Amino acid sequence: MTDVAVRRDTARRWLRDNGVYAAIVLLIGYNLIFTDNFATVANLNTQLVQVAPVLIVALGMALVIGTEGVDLSVGSVMAIAAAILPLYLGYGLAPAIGLALVAGALCGLLNGTLVAVVGIQPIVATLALLVGGRGLALVFADGQLKNINNAELLDLGTGKASVPLIPLVAAVLAVVAWALVRHTTVGRTQVATTGRTVRPVLLIVCGIGLLLLAVIALSTGTRINVPFIVLIAAVLAVLVWFLVRQTTFGRQLVSVGGNRAASALAGLPVRRVLMTTYVISGMLAAIAGIIATARLTASDPSRIGELFELSAITAVVVGGTPLSGGRVRVLGTVAGALLMQLIAATLIKHNLPPSTAQIVQAAIIVAAVYLQRSRSGGGQ
Amino acid sequence: MDDATDAVLAARSVGKRFPGVIALSDVDIELHGGEVHALVGENGAGKSTLIKVLTGVYAPDDGTLTYLNMPASFSRPLDAQAAGISTVYQEVNLVPLQSVASNLFLGREPRNRLGLLDFRAMNREARKILDAYGIPVDVTRPLRTLGMGVQQMVAVARAAATDAKVVILDEPTSSLEPREVDTLFSIIAKLRDDGVAVLYVSHRLDELYRICDAVTVLRDGKLVHTGPIADLPRLQLVAMMLGRDLDEVQREGTTKFEGERTADEETAPALAARGLTAKHRLDNVDVTVQPGEIVGLGGLLGAGRSETAMAIAGALPLDAGRVTVNGRRVRSGSVAAAMRAGIVMLPEDRKADGILPELSVRENIALAALPRMSALGLVSRRRQNAVVDTFMRRLRIKASSPDQKVGELSGGNQQKVLLARLLCTEPKVLLLDEPTRGIDVGAKAEVQSLVDELAKDGLAVVLISSEFEEVVEGSDSIVVLREGRVVTELHGSDVNEAALLAALAEDAKDPQDPKDSADD
Repeated sequence: MTDVAVRRDTARRWLRDNGVYAAIVLLIGYNLIFTDNFATVANLNTQLVQVAPVLIVALGMALVIGTEGVDLSVGSVMAIAAAILPLYLGYGLAPAIGLALVAGALCGLLNGTLVAVVGIQPIVATLALLVGGRGLALVFADGQLKNINNAELLDLGTGKASVPLIPLVAAVLAVVAWALVRHTTVGRTQVATTGRTVRPVLLIVCGIGLLLLAVIALSTGTRINVPFIVLIAAVLAVLVWFLVRQTTFGRQLVSVGGNRAASALAGLPVRRVLMTTYVISGMLAAIAGIIATARLTASDPSRIGELFELSAITAVVVGGTPLSGGRVRVLGTVAGALLMQLIAATLIKHNLPPSTAQIVQAAIIVAAVYLQRSRSGGGQ
Repeated sequence: MDDATDAVLAARSVGKRFPGVIALSDVDIELHGGEVHALVGENGAGKSTLIKVLTGVYAPDDGTLTYLNMPASFSRPLDAQAAGISTVYQEVNLVPLQSVASNLFLGREPRNRLGLLDFRAMNREARKILDAYGIPVDVTRPLRTLGMGVQQMVAVARAAATDAKVVILDEPTSSLEPREVDTLFSIIAKLRDDGVAVLYVSHRLDELYRICDAVTVLRDGKLVHTGPIADLPRLQLVAMMLGRDLDEVQREGTTKFEGERTADEETAPALAARGLTAKHRLDNVDVTVQPGEIVGLGGLLGAGRSETAMAIAGALPLDAGRVTVNGRRVRSGSVAAAMRAGIVMLPEDRKADGILPELSVRENIALAALPRMSALGLVSRRRQNAVVDTFMRRLRIKASSPDQKVGELSGGNQQKVLLARLLCTEPKVLLLDEPTRGIDVGAKAEVQSLVDELAKDGLAVVLISSEFEEVVEGSDSIVVLREGRVVTELHGSDVNEAALLAALAEDAKDPQDPKDSADD
C-alpha cells in the first residue's frame, strides 16, 4: 500500500471506531453556540428521558447482533409487557413488573429456541414474534388503551432521584478513565522483553480516584435531580457493558458470533449462549415497555414500541457494532442512540420538520455502514 | 504438428494461475468417445481446476482446448453446456421442489401447439428415458422426495439426455449405496456404448478399475501420468497420486518427528473408539491409542479420516459405536462431553472451524478454557494472563502482544494458537487433523517437534496428514482407512512407506462379501 492509502485506511478506521463520539462532541459544540436553551438541566433531562427506552432496547439488540443475529420482535415484546402491566397492577407494582419481565423472558426464550434449536434464521424467527406479538398484546389488553392510575408506576415515569453531584461526576470520571486505560491503548507501555503490557496510568487513575473519594467524603454535597428512567438506563448500560467485557458468558457470546463452527468445536455451549442472549434482549425490551408505559401514563399496546426494532438497530450500527457479529460495542451503542436523539432534537429546535431529521439520520446510517465495510469488500 | 486425433475434447498444455498459487501447469488430457476416463489426484492436485477449465468456468491462462477437432474457448459454463459438455457435480444441482420429469427437461421443456408446456409429453418422455437406464421411479414426484442416490442418477440421466458428447462426473458415488452404485455404473456403461466421452472423478480405486478405460493422474497441478488404466498397477497409481517413488520409499526421514517411542502396552488405552458407524461415512471403525502414543490415520482423500476424528471428538453424530477415555465411556455426539472427558480436536479447516480472526490471541487461547479461568461467571484476568503467557512461551507463539488480533498472525502461529487453546484445557487425547497444512516450512518443523514433545509428556495423539512422510514418521502405528472402514493396522516396524502404500493400494474386499459382514 502507498503512504496515502495507508493514511486513508488509518483515518477510516479511526472514524469507524470513534466517529460516533466525535459526531456527538461536534453536535453538542454546535448546540452550545447556536441553540438557545440547550445547556439547561431541563432540556438535558428531556432528551435523556426520551432516548432511554430506545437505548435500553438497543443494549439487548447489540448483544443479539453480536451473535450474528437480529431481534425484530423487540417492539412487540414492549407492547406485550405494556399490556400485561395493568392486568396485574391490582396485586401491586412489583408483581406486575415481575410478570411483565417474565413475559419478556418467555418471548426471548421463544426467539432463542427458534434460532438455536430449530435453526431458523434470526431475521425470520423474530419476524414471527414481531407480527404475532403485537396481536397477542392486543388480546391481553382486550384491544384497549388503559390509563394507568398506580401512583408508584406514574412516579417511576416522571419522578426524579436526587443524586449528590460530586460522587456522580466522580463515578462517571472513574468509569471513563478505567475504560480508557483498560480497553484502549492509552497509557499502555509494552515491556519489550516479555511482550506484556503494563499500564502506569492505571496507578495514576487509582490515585485520582482516592483523592476524589476524599473530596466526596468532605463535601456536604450539591445534589441534582436525575429522572428515574435515565438512572435505570444508565445502570443497565453499565451492567450490559460489564456482562460483555468481564463475564464468561459475554466472551462466549462474542466468540459464537465471530465463528459459530469454531466455537462449537471448542466445546462452547453455543445453544445456551444464543438462547440466553435472546432472553436478555426480550427482558430488556420488557423493561423498555414498562418505562414507556409509565411515561405515557397509559398502556397502549397498539402503539407502544412501534418501529423500535429499527431505531435500536440504527443505534447499534451507528455505534460501530458490525452486523456480521463477533463484536459488541456497548458504549458505542449508547453513543449511537444519543447521537440519533441529538440530531432530531437539534433540527427540531431549529424549526426544521422531522422529515429532515429522518433524512439526516439515514445519511448517518449509510456512513456508519460504509465505514464498517470490510477492506477486502471495498474493491479498491 | 496439428494432431487430428479422434479426441472429442482435448486440452493441450493448459495452465491456470491464481494469486500466489499455480493451480494447473502444462496439463494435457484427451477424452475419447466411447471411453470412460478417470481423473485422480489428492487434495490440491488440480482436478477441480481442470474440470472448471474444461467446462468454461475458468478460462485457461496457457494452452488450448480442442472440442470436436476445433479450437474451443468457452467464455461461460452455459456455452460449454450448449456445445454438449455436461457436468454432474458432487452435490446434485437440480431443482428439488420440481418433479423428476421437469428436472429432466429443465430448460428444454416440450411445448404443445399453443406454446404451453406439454406435461403429458414431458412425463411420457421422462419415463422412457429413465426406463432405458433402469431407474424405476415415479417421474411426477418432486425430486427432493427421492433418495440422494436416485437424485444423483436423475442428474446423470439429465446430463446424458441433453445429447451430450462429453459427460463429466465429479465424485458421483460419494453418497450412494452399493446397489445404487451398480445402477449408476450401468448408466455409465450405456453412455460409453452410445459413444459419449465420460470423465470420471473418484477416489475409490475399486470403482476406477471397474468402470474406467483410461486414467490421468494429477499432483500439485501437474500431469503425472496418463494412459490406459489396465496397464497401471494399483500400487503404482497410489504412489503416483501421493508423489512417492516406489523404488525410494524406504529412504530416511525428512520430517522433524523422532523415531519410535515405546508405548507402554501394559497400561489401559487412553483412547478406545469401538465400532464407530455413521451412515455413508464410517463403518465400524476402531481406533486405540495408548498414553504417549501417536496413532496415524492413513488413507486417501475421502477415506473417512477426518470423519473418524470428528466422531471421536463428538462433532459427528454416530449411528453406533462408543468412545472411552481411560476406560470411562464418553457420551457421543457432544463436543462438550468429549472435552470434559479430555478429548480435543484441532480441526482441518483452520479458518472456518478454528480461529476467531477478529479476537485477540489471548481470547482465542482462552476460549475453550474460559469456565475454568472464571469464578462465578466472571473472567479472572490474572488467571487468564498466566495461562496465556505460559502457552505463548511454551509453544513459541510469535505475536506482538497477547492483544494482537489472531487474523494478523502467520498461518503457523495461528495453528499454534489453536494448539494452545486445546492444551490449556489439559486434555488426555489430542486429535490433529492436518496440523501442518498451509504453514511454512520452519513453522511446520516446530509444530511437528511440538507434537512429539506432547506425546512424550504422555498425551495420546491421533494424527491425520495428507503428507505421506508426516504420517509415517510421526506415527507409532497407523490405522489405514478406505471408504469409511478400517482396512488394516500397521504396528512397529511395519510403519513404513512401503507397507502403507501397499495397504492403500490393496484390493478392497467386496462389500457384499458375507464373511465380511458376519463379524458386525
